[in-house]
Amino acid sequence: MFKVTDEPIIVEQIVDSVKTGEDGAVVTFVGLVRNNSNGKKVLYLEYDVYKEMAEKKLHEIGDEIKHRWGIADVAVCHRIGKMEVKEICVVIAVGAPHRKEAFEACQYAIDRLKHTVPIWKKEFFEDGEVWVEETPHP
Amino acid sequence: MKVTAKFFASYRELLGNSEVEVDVEERATVAHLVKKINQLYSVLPSTPVMIAVNAEYVEVDFRLSDGDEVAFLPPLSGG
Repeated sequence: MFKVTDEPIIVEQIVDSVKTGEDGAVVTFVGLVRNNSNGKKVLYLEYDVYKEMAEKKLHEIGDEIKHRWGIADVAVCHRIGKMEVKEICVVIAVGAPHRKEAFEACQYAIDRLKHTVPIWKKEFFEDGEVWVEETPHP
Repeated sequence: MKVTAKFFASYRELLGNSEVEVDVEERATVAHLVKKINQLYSVLPSTPVMIAVNAEYVEVDFRLSDGDEVAFLPPLSGG
């Protein structure tokens, strides 16, 4: 499952979508809306997306993981629109026979997402708003 | 020929619109389109960071075809 949605993400559904009988582990990454940015209090976020391309790029990340680790049980779901602090903005789940590959592939997926998937976040503060346009946090 | 230029995030807000149709000359490149858009609307940096044609990343020397969808992408901040 590789999708962009404007509905709340249910982590359990994403995990269930990758589980197979051969898997000994599912590693998940759950991205949240943080309440601060560069020392300023964040009230909420809004995400914009180029949906057609974003879903294509998410599929490509899945293909890269399959090629590199031989892992096919991967799901990435990114939410867009308005989100409050502590809400889930992205979930990645990777199922694999053993944990090492699952951790590596999950880390790879979120790193690639930040560099290749056309999604943008806007932060809303008490005194204004700003599109985040900077190099992703390493 | 005509291409559709799409704008996202800060570019969309600067333009006040998410897409416009632009006439360009045959064999025009993405760089030509950027110049034309900035003559018309002045919303893009002179060297825009990321550009996609028909949902695939390209360089500015990419040659356009009639009906192409050209997306101008500010620095990404998903996740």
